[in-house]
Amino acid sequence: MDFFVGIKGKDFVMVCSDTSASHSIISIKQDEDKIVPIDDHKVFCIAGEAGDRVNFSEYIIANVKLYALRNETELSTKSVANYTRGELAAALRSSPYHCNLLLAGYDKETGPALYWMDYLATLNKINTGGTGYGSYFTLSLFDKMWHPELTPDEAVAMIEAGIAEVKKRLVVAPPHYIIKIVDKDGVRVVKNV
Amino acid sequence: MSIFSYNGAAIVAMAGKECVAIGSDLRFGVQLQTITCDTPKVFKVHDKLYLGLSGLQTDAQTLYQKLMFRHNMYKLREERDMKPSTFSNMLSNALYERRFGPYFAAPVVAGLEPDGTPFLSGMDTIGAVETAKDFMITGTSPDSLYGMCESMWRPDMEPDELFETVAQCLMSGSDRDALAGWGAVIHVITKDKVISRTLKTRMD
Repeated sequence: MDFFVGIKGKDFVMVCSDTSASHSIISIKQDEDKIVPIDDHKVFCIAGEAGDRVNFSEYIIANVKLYALRNETELSTKSVANYTRGELAAALRSSPYHCNLLLAGYDKETGPALYWMDYLATLNKINTGGTGYGSYFTLSLFDKMWHPELTPDEAVAMIEAGIAEVKKRLVVAPPHYIIKIVDKDGVRVVKNV
Repeated sequence: MSIFSYNGAAIVAMAGKECVAIGSDLRFGVQLQTITCDTPKVFKVHDKLYLGLSGLQTDAQTLYQKLMFRHNMYKLREERDMKPSTFSNMLSNALYERRFGPYFAAPVVAGLEPDGTPFLSGMDTIGAVETAKDFMITGTSPDSLYGMCESMWRPDMEPDELFETVAQCLMSGSDRDALAGWGAVIHVITKDKVISRTLKTRMD
């Protein structure tokens, strides 16, 4: 079960994912990076059905790139979020993609943005959020600790507190996690836990 | 769990004296987990027309986007906003188009006709319209909302009184509903302005 959390700070978005790739009871690898870059300033965290996840994320990323090439301009985070929702909604009643996802991005004009979407294509703009079993243990914690002027260090502290909670209380807690930040300088790894 | 109570909502609309008010709760959740507390379910179509959509939120979002598209096309052709009664009929038609694969959303339309008379209508998921002179509700705890509205509504309420009534009905009606609540937003539409107020309710 994939664990993803996202936290929007003052001028950045921080996302964390677990790094295990497994098929039912077998662990394939423990250092899989599941936070996928869409372009320089946006990332996808997609959880869900094995084939759908990769297929859907590659499809969206390719179309975003195509738009940028055709129109010589990058799409904003809001546009990508709504485009993704449109694609999920269009496929919903024929061959749905079973993926829940977080979209984190930074735009020069509007700053950081974090979007949550479920497999039914319900889109919400959020300050803190997550998908999967892990989110059950972290959402309330983030509600308590979040404030609008959050700094990157505070966000890391929040995420580590969340991970500690998951490791303590989730029966099949993933052992390793990767934390990435999206801000005006792009996407980079903050920490491996 | 029923598909209509997957996300959760509570929407109340009432008519007063040359004014209407429509309000909704702010919770967005997935079954019993609350995801956000800032998701209103009432959308503005134009200054004198608001639309409330309960039910499955993905279909509510899709339906709202489709209707805004149709309203924008209408505005370009007719060079004016759509009357609430016309919008209501268009919405009913849009829902029935999908009779055998419906949008799982139940709308409430609230607005002022061009001559100032209040207009309220509500529909089921396949577009069966009912108009009302007093109030219209939809959501995951309809019985509570009906009970509150039936006892509190009186004819010819002024805007401030109407706001208080809608606020109390919405709050009390959704207090006992696990899937709706976490705050409320209420819009009071009069012929020259719209006043929107956000309320803090029982945060559970």
